[in-house]
Amino acid sequence: MKKDVYISGMNCITPLGFSVEENFDNLIGGISGIKRHENEMVPNAYFSAIVEDARLNAEFAKKSSSGSYTKLEKMMILALCPIVEKSKSDLGTRTAFLLSTTKGNITALESGNIQKAQLHDLAQTVADFFGFKSEPIVVSNACVSGILAISVAKRLIQSGLYDQAFVVAGDLVSEFVLSGFNSFQAMSDAPCKPYSKNRTGVTLGEAAAAVLVTSDASHANARILGDGSMNDANHISGPSRTGEGLVLSVESALKEANLPANKIDYISAHGTATPFNDEMEAIAFNRLGLQDKPLHSLKGFYGHTLGASGLLETVIGIEALKQNKLIASAGFDEIGVSQNVNVIRENEDRFLRYFLKTASGFGGCNTAVVFEKEGSFGE
Amino acid sequence: MEALKQELKEKIIAVLNLEDVQPSDISNTDALFGDGLGLDSIDALELIVLLDKDYGIKLTDPKEGKNIFQSIDTMAAYVEANRTK
Amino acid sequence: MEDTLYIKSYASIENGKISVDGKTVFESSVANVSDFLKESVRHFGIQYPKFFKMDNLSKLAFLGSELVLKDNPNPETALLFANSSSSLDTDVTYQESIADKGNYFPSPAVFVYTLPNICLGEISIRHQLKTENSFFIFGAFNPDFFIGYAENLIETGKAANVLCGWTELFKDDYKAFVYLVSSEGKKAHTKQNIESLYTN
Repeated sequence: MKKDVYISGMNCITPLGFSVEENFDNLIGGISGIKRHENEMVPNAYFSAIVEDARLNAEFAKKSSSGSYTKLEKMMILALCPIVEKSKSDLGTRTAFLLSTTKGNITALESGNIQKAQLHDLAQTVADFFGFKSEPIVVSNACVSGILAISVAKRLIQSGLYDQAFVVAGDLVSEFVLSGFNSFQAMSDAPCKPYSKNRTGVTLGEAAAAVLVTSDASHANARILGDGSMNDANHISGPSRTGEGLVLSVESALKEANLPANKIDYISAHGTATPFNDEMEAIAFNRLGLQDKPLHSLKGFYGHTLGASGLLETVIGIEALKQNKLIASAGFDEIGVSQNVNVIRENEDRFLRYFLKTASGFGGCNTAVVFEKEGSFGE
Repeated sequence: MEALKQELKEKIIAVLNLEDVQPSDISNTDALFGDGLGLDSIDALELIVLLDKDYGIKLTDPKEGKNIFQSIDTMAAYVEANRTK
Repeated sequence: MEDTLYIKSYASIENGKISVDGKTVFESSVANVSDFLKESVRHFGIQYPKFFKMDNLSKLAFLGSELVLKDNPNPETALLFANSSSSLDTDVTYQESIADKGNYFPSPAVFVYTLPNICLGEISIRHQLKTENSFFIFGAFNPDFFIGYAENLIETGKAANVLCGWTELFKDDYKAFVYLVSSEGKKAHTKQNIESLYTN
C-alpha cells in the first residue's frame, strides 16, 4: 500500500503579491501583472510581468541584512520562509529540499561568473539560508519543472527516502530568455491571450512559489492522487501535433488516482498562447474527453514564468479548490483552437473537489498531476 | 545568381550542421523542408537569422519563410531582390 | 522488491575511452570533446544525421544511451538523467552570441539546447520512448537518489525499465555513465554496485 502524500504549506512571490491571499484576491479582481517594458535587454519594447525590486528588497530586509543574495534567491527564500517557519519541523536528512528552475541565476554569466550560474550553487545557497541538511535536488526539465517537482517529491516520499519535502520553484525574466524566445519568434506583441483566436505568442514573467509536500495529513490542503510525465518523442521544440505525451501523462495520472476523467472539476492548463501549444492542448483534452471541463491558463495574469509556472499555478489551483472558485482565464476572447475547450470566461463560485494541473515544454516533456481537496466528503 | 546559389548551399550546410552533405547534393529545385533536405522548424528559424546576419534582411513573420525557403531557387531570388548587404 | 531489480547493461564515456559492460569498445586521442563524440558515432556506424545538430551534452547523452539501448530495446523504458553543470556549456555559447550588441544574432538552434532535458527529448525521439523522463542537477553523482527514484518508477508500474544517466559536460571536461535498471540481469541494483561501476 502506497503512502498518501499531501500538499500542506503554500506560498508565492509574484508581481501580483507576496502571499497566496494577496495573489488570489488580485486574480479574482481580474488584475494582471503584465506591463509594457522598454529597456536595453532586447532591441524592441516587450510585455512581461516583473517582480518589483523595491518591494522585494523591503520584504527581504525583514528576513536578512545580508546583501549577497541575488534577486531570484531573495524571491525563493521569501517564498519558503512562512512555510518553513510554520512547519516547525526538523530539517534533517529525512527532509528533502527540491528546487525547480529552468535558468536559475543565468544573469551571472553576463559578468562571467560561471560558479554563480551553476544550479546546484543556487540550491545550496537557498538551502543554507534555512539549514536544510540533505543534499538539494534540482529539477530542471524545461517548462514542466515546477509541477514535475511536486511529482518527484511525492515519489521520493513514497519510496521511503524522505518523510517530507520543501519544494521551491523560481525563474526570472532576463536578456537571455527574452532574446531566446525572440529568436524563436515566439514573443507576443501584446499581453498574451491563451486559447484566443488572435493570440500571437508568449509573454514572459517572473515568480517564485513554494510548497511543503508531506506524508503528514494534519495540515494538508490537498492530496496528490496521481501524476505522470511522459515525453512526446516527436520534436525537441515543437509541441506534438497529436498531443500524445500530454494525453499519456494525464492518463497515467488518472490511472494512479483511480479516478475517471469525468470526475475532474477543473483544469489549470499550460496555455502559453503560442499557436502550436494551445492547439496541441485542445487536441489532447478532446482525446481525453475533458473538453467540457472548465479550464484556464494563468499566463494572462503572470506571463510564462518558465520553471516556476507549474508550481505557482498549482498553488493557485489548490487555493481555488479551497475557496470553491473558478478564475476567469485572463486575455481570452474568442476561441482560437480547432477543437473546442471550455475556457473559463467569468469567475464562478462552484463546489470543487478534483483539480488537474498540466504543463508541457521544450524537449517534448509533459507533466500532469491530479489533486483532491483535503477534507471529508461523506465517504 | 549561380554564385549566390552556391554560396547559399554552403552557408546552409554550415549553419544547419548538415554533416555529410555536399553543396552538389542539393539541387536548385529540391524542397528544402519535408521530404527534400529534411529541414525542420528550428532550421527555418535559423535560416531567418542567416538572412538577417549575412544579407541584412529582417523577416518578422515566420510564415513568410515558408515561401522563401521552398528551394535554393526561391531563396536566391528573394535574397537577390531584398538584400541590403 | 529491491532484490528483484538488476543493472542489465551499462556504458561509460570518459577520457577518450568508451566502454560497454566493462569492456573497452573504443579509444581515441582526440582531445576536443565535439570531435571525439563525432568520431565515436562514426566508429559505431550510427547513421543519424540529427546527431550532428545536437550540442555536446546531447551528443554525449545520446551516444551513452545508444550503447546501452541498442541491445535492450523496450518502449517502456523511462529516462532518469542528471549532471552537475546542467546545460551551462551551451548557456555560455549562447550568452556570447548576445553579449555584443554590434553583432547580435541570437540563434534559435543554440537557444533550444540551453535546457538540460533537451537531451532526453533527443533520446526519446531516437528510440521512440513515450515514457517518463526527468533531468536533475546535483553537485556530484548521487546514487541514493537514482536508486530510490528508479525503483519507485518500476514499483509503481510507471515504467518497465529505467535508463539512468549521469552525463556531465562543461567545455572539454566530460563523463557519461549510463545504466539500465531492469527486472532482468545478473548484476544486482545496489548502491555498492552502482558506485563501483561509476568509479571504474
